[in-house]
Parts: sequence; structure tokens; C-alpha cells
Amino acid sequence: MIGYALLFGFFAASLALVLNIWRLVAGPTLMDRVLAFDTMVINVIALIMFWGMQQETTLYFESALLLSMFGFISTVAFCRFRLRGDIIE
Amino acid sequence: MAFLFDLLIAFLIVVGSVFLLVGSAGLIKLRDLMTRLHAPTKATTLGIGSVLLASMVHFIVVRGAVSVHEILIMVFLFLTAPVTAHFVAKAHLHEHMRDGSELPPTERDSGWSTFDPGPGAPGESGTRPGPRGDAED
Repeated sequence: MIGYALLFGFFAASLALVLNIWRLVAGPTLMDRVLAFDTMVINVIALIMFWGMQQETTLYFESALLLSMFGFISTVAFCRFRLRGDIIE
Repeated sequence: MAFLFDLLIAFLIVVGSVFLLVGSAGLIKLRDLMTRLHAPTKATTLGIGSVLLASMVHFIVVRGAVSVHEILIMVFLFLTAPVTAHFVAKAHLHEHMRDGSELPPTERDSGWSTFDPGPGAPGESGTRPGPRGDAED
């Protein structure tokens, strides 16, 4: 049962990634693309979780934690660059 | 008992995946960015929380030990999603600034608080002068 649920999870997360790539390519404004990228990071974290559950290993948690931190920092840095013209003043 | 745990894990995985899909579908269905902000910052965060809960229960069943990594990731994501949404909205407002000239006069000494420094505010406010052009520095 968990195998089927994981298959559905892989499918759903991949489809969500495709939709985010669509918004990232077609987004009319710049902030649309930033938001799509941030959502892509969260979907990739979900994919990593599913993969770790399928392999029954806890190796990938650190990578998911690092990825979430990098996604947040990059989004905030980009928005700050748009707001101020400088990241570190 | 093991069947009940399997059922719980599968249910959490399916619910989280559905919420991830809903959040990403809201990204492409909604009209403009300020409405689009609602979908990823709420639905997707809830979905990833459910997926992390499923992973936690799964590794409690498999290993018999509670792992703290998922709680760490969950707390980090739930704390940073509103900050990200706020920054994106602020940058979007900064990009599409209106001059405020379509607003009616306030009939007070100060202008509209979004465009002018309010009464008793320190002099440094926004990044632009107000609609009346009398923002003194």
C-alpha cells in the first residue's frame, strides 16, 4: 500500500514541478518567476522525502534541510536585491 | 496494527501530494501575482508538512526510533514561508508603484499613509514623494 501511495506521490510532485516550470517560463513579471522557483524547491524537498522513504534510508534528510535553507536564502536575497539594489549594504 | 500504520502513512502521503498539486495548480490558474501568492505559500506548505509527518511515522515504524530531522525541516519551512511571501509581495509592490494620484484628498494635514509619512512619523518613510509632492526630507 505504501508503494502505491509513493508512486502517486512521485507522480504528483513531478506534475507539480512541471506546472512550476510552466509558470517559470511564462511568468509575466519577475516576481512570478521567483515565486515559481521557491515552489519548485519545496516540491523537490517532497521528492527527496519520497525517495528516502522508498529506499528506507535516512541519508537524504540533511540534503533536504540544506535545500530548504538554500531556497529560503536565495529567495530572500533576490527579493532584497530587487528592493534595494544591493543584498548586503 | 502494522496495517493501521501502513494505512496512516499512505493516507498522509496521498493528502500531502494532493496539497502539493493544488498549490502548484493555483500558481497557473490564478490571475495576478498577489492572488497567486496564496497558493504556494499555504497549500504547498501544508502539503510538505503532511509529507514530512508521513516520513516521520514511516521511520518510527521501520527503525523504532524518532528522528528529529523532519521536525527540523518542518519548523524551518513553516517559519520561512510567510517571510518569503512577504518579501515577494513587497518586491512586487515596489516594482509596480502607483503615484497615488487617483486617491481622493484626505482632508487632513497628512496624506495617505501608504504614500506619505503619517503625522508624528520620522522623516524617512517610503522611496518616493507623495502625490502632493511635498514630502520634506
